[in-house]
Amino acid sequence: MTVVVADAAAVYTLRLADDSLVLSHRLAQWSSLAPTLEDDIALTNIALDLLGQARGMYARTAELDGTGRSEDDYAFLRDEREFVNCLLVEQENGDFAMTIVRQLLCSTFQLAQWQALTQSTDEQVAAIAAKAVKESTYHRDHATDWTMRLGDGTDESHQRMEMALATLFPYVTELFEVDDVTRDVVARGVAPDPAILGLEWEAYIDKVLGAATLQRPEGTWTPTGGRRGLHTEPFGYMVAEMQHLHRSHPGVIW
Amino acid sequence: MVSSVDEIRRIAGEIPDPELPALTIQDLGILREVRVDAAGAVVVDITPTYSGCPALEVIRDDVERCIREQGYPDVTVRVVLSPAWTTDWMTDAGRRKLLDYGIAPPRERGADLQLLHLSVACPTCGSAHTGEVAHFGSTQCQAVRACSDCRETFPHFKEH
Repeated sequence: MTVVVADAAAVYTLRLADDSLVLSHRLAQWSSLAPTLEDDIALTNIALDLLGQARGMYARTAELDGTGRSEDDYAFLRDEREFVNCLLVEQENGDFAMTIVRQLLCSTFQLAQWQALTQSTDEQVAAIAAKAVKESTYHRDHATDWTMRLGDGTDESHQRMEMALATLFPYVTELFEVDDVTRDVVARGVAPDPAILGLEWEAYIDKVLGAATLQRPEGTWTPTGGRRGLHTEPFGYMVAEMQHLHRSHPGVIW
Repeated sequence: MVSSVDEIRRIAGEIPDPELPALTIQDLGILREVRVDAAGAVVVDITPTYSGCPALEVIRDDVERCIREQGYPDVTVRVVLSPAWTTDWMTDAGRRKLLDYGIAPPRERGADLQLLHLSVACPTCGSAHTGEVAHFGSTQCQAVRACSDCRETFPHFKEH
């Protein structure tokens, strides 16, 4: 295949798009399986918002990288190693506690990021962010409500939340990682400084966990690699499932 | 060309929303700008309510088709994201139609853009004693509430 050497802004918008798409697909996997009808609807509504955010960012990426690829090309015709989403969004749904913790960690990150991106020097990114802020606010509220209810709930729900936090917290470090791409886009005012996002993120997470009688786990393991296309094992299976229809029936529309 | 702008605006404005057919895209504030140049080329701007709203593509096709059918062959429908759509753009007629349809309309914001701290009234009995059951409803723009007086559950068009 052709190797596309894109500028840093294109890589950055692709990361944003992939984060939203992959999390959207994970949440859509809850369809018809969530513990209550309301949450079946909530999780798939959130998935739809994220899909919309991803579509906007893929369209912007296609302009920035000059390839003119369609949204479908990015979503369905790249291999696992070409996805540059963070590892946290690709983690399996697990039980409801695992999904809620993943939602809390992700939506808090995304909301802070979208808020900052409304000031991006890239006008298209800023416009997408201005819409996404409103949506991610709902996503974070939803995750916060459930974190309180399960954390400060029964022994069983509390224990499951602790297990989910222990499993997922190591993946947080990658969210605020700095590399050549982020240095470039921060310097150009396209993207916010990850360190500042990290402080906002911590303040909110600590407040919610405290109210939910939960604690931030002590961690030493900080897996990374998603931004370079190195993913965890469950991701390949997810990509295969997500792309199957499109690859088996090339050019299909519905 | 003022008259054609007005005419096109009226035609496009009467198109119903695919998910809330009681309301038009004008009522919802989805229809933004209409421009016609000297050669008769029409450009219509629409804006999505939510990023992933599946109704947007249907609306875009409907707008294009309706305007063509009225004798304007050169039509471009642009999707504009900025400024971001807000329920404050919903017309008074739109709010009344929502209520008639059984959906509590979004509350209006005060001058300082803070939500007025009014309860959401039950569209069935009018009671102010209502509470949110679920933040997400049958479409991205609706939440589910319940009335503690008449015991009906009802959709609420979320302030956005």
